[in-house]
Amino acid sequence: MTNYSYTLLIPLIPLAIFLITGLAGHKFKPIVSGLTGTMGLTIAAFLSYTTAIRYFFIDGPANGMYPQIKAVSTVWLRFTDTLHIDLGILIDPISVMMLVVVTTVSLMAHIYSLGYMKGERGFARFYSFLSLFSFSMLGLVLATNIFQMYIFWELVGVSSFLLIGFYYEKPSAVAASKKAFIVTRFADLGFLIGILMLSFTTNTFDFITLTSTSGPIIAAPAGAAFVGISVVSWALILVFIGGAGKSAMFPLHIWLPDAMEGPTPVSALIHAATMVVAGVYLVARLFPAYALAAPDALHVVAWVGGFSSLFAAVIAITQIDIKRVLAFSTMSQIGYMMMALGVSGYGDHEGLGYMASMFHLFTHAMFKALLFLGAGSIIHAVHSNNMTDMGGLRKYLPITHITFLIACLTIAGIPPLSGFWSKDEILAAALHHNPALFAIGIGVAGLTAFYMFRLYYNVFWGQERHYHHTPHESPLVMTIPLMFLAFAAVFSGFLPFSHLVTSDLKTFETHTDLAVAIPSVLIALVGIGVATVMYRKPNSLPDRVSSSIKGLYTASFRKFWIDEVYQFVTKKIIFSGVSRPIAWFDRHVIDDTMNAVGWLVVTTSERIKGFQSGQVQQYAAVFVSSVVLLVLVFVYLFSN
Amino acid sequence: MTFHNILIMRHELLLTIVMLLVLIIDLFATGNNRKLIIPIALILFLTVTAIGFLPAQYGQLFGGMYITSGTTILMKNVLNIAVFIILLQSVAWLKLEENKQKLAEYFVLILSTLIGMNFMISSGDFLMLYIGLETATIPLAALAAYTHHQTKSAEAGIKLILSSALSSGIMLYGISMVYGTTGSVSFAEVALQWGNAPLQMLAFLFFFAGMAFKISLVPFHLWTADVYEGAPVNVTSYLSVVSKGSAAFVLMLVLFRVFPSIVEHWQKVLYAIAVLTMTVGNLFALRQQNLKRFLAFSSIAQAGFILLGIIGASPLGMSTVIFFVLAYVFTNLAAFGVISAVSSATGKENMADYNGLYQTNPKLSLLLMLALFSLAGIPPVAGFFGKFFLFASAASKGFYWLVFIAVVNATVSLYYYLLPVKAMFINKNEQPVPTFRSDFYMKAGLLLAAAGTLAVGMLSIGYEYIASFSYGLQ
Repeated sequence: MTNYSYTLLIPLIPLAIFLITGLAGHKFKPIVSGLTGTMGLTIAAFLSYTTAIRYFFIDGPANGMYPQIKAVSTVWLRFTDTLHIDLGILIDPISVMMLVVVTTVSLMAHIYSLGYMKGERGFARFYSFLSLFSFSMLGLVLATNIFQMYIFWELVGVSSFLLIGFYYEKPSAVAASKKAFIVTRFADLGFLIGILMLSFTTNTFDFITLTSTSGPIIAAPAGAAFVGISVVSWALILVFIGGAGKSAMFPLHIWLPDAMEGPTPVSALIHAATMVVAGVYLVARLFPAYALAAPDALHVVAWVGGFSSLFAAVIAITQIDIKRVLAFSTMSQIGYMMMALGVSGYGDHEGLGYMASMFHLFTHAMFKALLFLGAGSIIHAVHSNNMTDMGGLRKYLPITHITFLIACLTIAGIPPLSGFWSKDEILAAALHHNPALFAIGIGVAGLTAFYMFRLYYNVFWGQERHYHHTPHESPLVMTIPLMFLAFAAVFSGFLPFSHLVTSDLKTFETHTDLAVAIPSVLIALVGIGVATVMYRKPNSLPDRVSSSIKGLYTASFRKFWIDEVYQFVTKKIIFSGVSRPIAWFDRHVIDDTMNAVGWLVVTTSERIKGFQSGQVQQYAAVFVSSVVLLVLVFVYLFSN
Repeated sequence: MTFHNILIMRHELLLTIVMLLVLIIDLFATGNNRKLIIPIALILFLTVTAIGFLPAQYGQLFGGMYITSGTTILMKNVLNIAVFIILLQSVAWLKLEENKQKLAEYFVLILSTLIGMNFMISSGDFLMLYIGLETATIPLAALAAYTHHQTKSAEAGIKLILSSALSSGIMLYGISMVYGTTGSVSFAEVALQWGNAPLQMLAFLFFFAGMAFKISLVPFHLWTADVYEGAPVNVTSYLSVVSKGSAAFVLMLVLFRVFPSIVEHWQKVLYAIAVLTMTVGNLFALRQQNLKRFLAFSSIAQAGFILLGIIGASPLGMSTVIFFVLAYVFTNLAAFGVISAVSSATGKENMADYNGLYQTNPKLSLLLMLALFSLAGIPPVAGFFGKFFLFASAASKGFYWLVFIAVVNATVSLYYYLLPVKAMFINKNEQPVPTFRSDFYMKAGLLLAAAGTLAVGMLSIGYEYIASFSYGLQ
């Protein structure tokens, strides 16, 4: 078996860079931090690619199965012989795939930011945070056990918080970072309780044991049922809540649109390609447990995914901030991935949904990062996020235009671009499992094509606006990542995923199902067609359509008032109904008790100061009388 | 007894050799050559410390009077590490004009007390234990009075020798009763015959009081604050870390080896003493202004926590005590190291002098903060895990109330541990301690202590290593 222990370097390089640039960054010119970060990520990416090539293509499956290798593993905290928190590195198909995704997108974001963030205050700080994020995310995907994943999960949350709030002088950025942190932290509580329940019933944190078909969950499900659902299912549902928080699934999605306050490369890296798919990755990590021991939990995953995907697509149609359109699109696509996991079975061709989900995760990372970086290039040119300030930009931004168009076609699912292949597998899996979810999937495909081309036409076609200065194409350092990602978006669909990443580590054959492919392409074309008619040239059609369905339009534009619902529940019900009385109790009863205790301690301490007189004869007297007292108490009272 | 067997006493033999070497070199050293003693002694001692970790032979000598086992070697290694760090931190102070002429004395005295402690740990017999105890105590009094031209230091020496004479007397009285009731002073023999007759209980309590004096458990602690304050900082740190740690080890070994038959009785004694020690130590620590005195009371409270590990009378408790002492060694030496650095550079030792220290000496301030956090038990530094394991081991034996009291005390202690932090970082000062640079030895000593504080907390290897040795009480 190949020795993969060098993979330890992949997370450690960004960590080292974070420490160096974070602690000593102010001593160099900012650009040094940027270049160091980029260099480090280049090495990490190179090592990841080497690992992927060795793992998938040189070593390949042994006896028809991909091995799960613990490249590094040390016990960090031992509770019992089976229950211990390890820190280590797990090499298996999904972790290797995620290595490639994370390092690629992170490297692109690093290079791109050299241009995008140029001249910003805190350039070095930005790069040290990026390295921290890369380290955390890599640690998360390589985790050998669920607790290690939780540790890195929180680190990812912290680095996301730091990056969203990067412009900390802007109140909206601060509010957004707090919102993201609190909402995901709230969901993580579910994750933590889920971990505790899982480890309590199974006595292990280890992923390989948890997902082994002969392991404690699957072969011998233990624990009583609660409300007709087994403990394992409850635990896995709670774990999924954590995943849903990070992956912005309904109703925990409210932080994602606001997170767009962060610098755009951050949105591309964290809020499109890597961190937000952590939830999908988490479910995939534990997939055999979900599929074999807790099918009811998997239904929850499927419906939450399907609903979120539709819900977000409807909202994306009416947004005018281009980054928010992309944010909702991300939520919708992640909903797709969750749905695919939810409809999947275990093993062989049954596991089509699992494979499709991972496939889509991969292709989506490429084209969504491309879309965000493209959006960044547009914002860089016109200094606004709003579609209403854009139009006719195709003349000024030729490279951005072409790459953005490729990305739009890819996400719309036009063959032979990568999005088509992965989406096709998802829809095939959904059709196989549940026609209703298939219908949602098809509907979302049409909506996706429509809102992406609405965005595309509004930005690059339509009416040219009055610009303060003529928009110009971004520098090469920004357009090269665009071109690279465009290349990946076009060709990554040809990767034989069913031979690489499968639910049971064995390979299987897939074929394109025309009954799925034809309707999905047709509806995508319809979506594009409608968008072309409405937005290619300035006309009154969009206004007429929106006024004819005014209620629905407003609902979608206001994101179905979910934020307001949260505001109402937290401010009106929880704060005034629950928190105020508790605060009163705290201030008057608890504080006063504590003050009394404090006063007592201080007074006692003052009174007994006299014992410490400094006179050695008194010390001796105390010593002897203490011995006598001890003897009196213990010899005459207790011994018999 | 062959030459081969005598290697069982490797630790003591090596230390004796080093001590004699330093003594001889000092005889021939003149003037400026005398300074060379410092690096030579340090290198010799480092070698001894390193050799301590080599695999060793276990066994008994002198008809069971002397015992070496995995546990005793581990304990001696912990003490060696501590002494090495203390020696590093002492160099700057030893180089001061007033101490230069007698710096070899410092090494010789330290080494001879350390030899005494090693004999205590390895003793298999009350006689050996007593000899070790005296070997460890008498040079300590000389060390406390090292700067005897200062009244306070002389006072500390006198107080230490008088108090320990009293405690030794009581302890010896206890040992004589042990001999009287069992006809033997050998641990193995006494353990076989020990019961709970009143005279035996009396003997046990007298012996216990003597040990409690060494660990400065309340109410046998009164000497501590005065001696700690009066003695030079490095001697104080030696007293509070090495002397106390070794006494805790010995108490634990003797309780486990000699008195298992009256375990319910000594658990009650320890229970009462632990509650008293933690609480009184904390109450006094709250009001101290002199940092050495402050750390003296803090170390009393910490000794109370150590009892939580001993009280369970379990192998788990034993390894947690060793782990706690290891964590405590690094943490306390980091704290004392900073105080020693400030004291030997400026002579200031009061909390008010530390106001605004962060402005002028940020690295030292951060280090002291780290040490205080560790003493207070804030994760993820060593002190947290030390306390956590102690509490866990006591709780696993059902001492929930004791653990509760300990937790309350740990919470109270947070208040006073944060006072110096507040002084350094928040309080304003017109004339803070000026910026100064420490020499190589001090830096190395501080760095070792800081690295230990962090590493013992974050890496589990240390705990696993200790646990692998401490199971099986021989």
